[in-house]
Amino acid sequence: MALNNIWVFAQASNGAPTSATLELLTKARSLSSNVVAIIGGDGASAGVLGEYGATKVYAINHGSTLPGVAIASALKSVIDGGETPDLIMFPQNYEGRDVMARLSVKIDKTVITNNVDISDSGDGVTVVTPIFGGNTLVSTTFTGAGPYLAAFRPKSFAAESAGGAAAAVTAIAVPDLGATGAANVTAVHVEETSGPKLDEADIVVSGGRGLGESPSYALIEELATLLKGAPGASRAIVDAGWVPYSYQVGQTGKVVKPTIYIAAGISGATQHMVGMKGSKNIIAINKDKEAPIFGVADLGIVGDVHKVLPQIIAALKGR
Amino acid sequence: MGAMNVIVCVKQIPDPAAPGALDGATNTLKRDGKLILDESDGYGVEMALQLVDAAGGGEVSLVSMAPNGETSGLRTALAMGAAKGVLVSDPALQGSDALTTAKILAAAIQRLGGADLIIGATESSDGYTGTVPEQMAEILGLPSVTFAKKVSVEGGTLKVDRQTENGYDEVTCALPALISVTAGVVEPRYPSFKGIMAAKSKPVEEVTAADLGITPVGWAGAGQKISNVAQAEARQAGEIIEDDGESFGKIIGFLENLKVI
Repeated sequence: MALNNIWVFAQASNGAPTSATLELLTKARSLSSNVVAIIGGDGASAGVLGEYGATKVYAINHGSTLPGVAIASALKSVIDGGETPDLIMFPQNYEGRDVMARLSVKIDKTVITNNVDISDSGDGVTVVTPIFGGNTLVSTTFTGAGPYLAAFRPKSFAAESAGGAAAAVTAIAVPDLGATGAANVTAVHVEETSGPKLDEADIVVSGGRGLGESPSYALIEELATLLKGAPGASRAIVDAGWVPYSYQVGQTGKVVKPTIYIAAGISGATQHMVGMKGSKNIIAINKDKEAPIFGVADLGIVGDVHKVLPQIIAALKGR
Repeated sequence: MGAMNVIVCVKQIPDPAAPGALDGATNTLKRDGKLILDESDGYGVEMALQLVDAAGGGEVSLVSMAPNGETSGLRTALAMGAAKGVLVSDPALQGSDALTTAKILAAAIQRLGGADLIIGATESSDGYTGTVPEQMAEILGLPSVTFAKKVSVEGGTLKVDRQTENGYDEVTCALPALISVTAGVVEPRYPSFKGIMAAKSKPVEEVTAADLGITPVGWAGAGQKISNVAQAEARQAGEIIEDDGESFGKIIGFLENLKVI
């Protein structure tokens, strides 16, 4: 089928579109000449959205209401008004998932999440989803009529500017949400970090349960600082409260593809591996030589992180 | 609030410690062996028990869906302190997509008469689609707060710290409502011996999709078909060495080769 109209759920931070947004717009414009960017707020980022391929912007100001139900309801009103997108692309993150889930019920269409690729054969639209820690790739084809709803993991596509002009902005009103609109944000808290951002850093040093106890995480931060990289973490130590969620690498955290990824005291659960397997070079330090992390490591040290990390730190300081 | 009733959606999954496998005929995840309570759902059960306790009355009920009548995971949650459950068990459920799953669970929740609060996990540990709670909220006409990392009920109003990409938001919401909770929201209790014994006689009603008035289910209702399964390109095996006290030098050399130090 031809994809005559694609919608992309776009997000911005401080007025600038997120990298995931630009990745999806780049892919969308290779599949269709009509690409609509859907964005919460006032559409202030329409210039950059147009540059990366959006031909139109629908701006949906949802105020303090959580965006999931508000944006989905506004999109439903556009669809009811007669515009039918063939495909709606979402980033695999909180807001993306919430909008997608609410809309899927409103239009009674299936969702396929966690994708890393999409193609249109002319006979059908097919997405690719990695499973079992990324060892197996499953291709799934949508059946029946669209809109098809698909969510994509960060860094699935390279973002490239198309040099397009700023997209025209249309404001879409949020319909009366009734009881479903009762959830409201009353305060926003941002956890400040110094150094490069985890998902943009060239070097990432991550720690896991093998560190033993929370104070040992200081070794990870010290090594990351010495290498001008970012510290990361496995889900296990985030759940245990050692570090904030924003440090988490993995399926439910950040996807990173740095030049060098150092995994210290991380066994390599599927949940973690899908977030870091795309790294160019992987160094692993773990006591257990059977740990799955060694299956993806370019250099693996079977040893105690409490001995090896301080040695690396001392060697770097001595240079 | 004098009393509060909470329904927790729990999933019974193949033991994650065992390697996963696909059914050769359908390309869906094999779920024919013993199923256990998804670890992600232990947090929701614990959260529900604590909220009911804080309210001073009420009870925790469970809803679950499984193709083969399995109840061992439900018994774990009952042993923690939940009072009863509804299990939707039907061979026709094999291959159901997330939207159909949400319709089934929402119907099971309505069969229990609804609740003040519905709790789910942010995503399951085996399928991890991550949309079912929010889809249920839409079907039930409820407000929702996903990714809750701290939850309380004050004066009949739900207060949630909702995890965001770079911190958290404080969110308030009227009840009834639905939340999805992150791992770590509370520390799940271990079932006591007394709890395990009591769980054996707690009621679990088993119903089919047709009993809930829902068709089609399984592959017939999925709106998608698996067209190919392939192995991903494997990474080249690297050099693995036992630490002899000097192996940090290997790492330094590796970093030097890449010209990052």
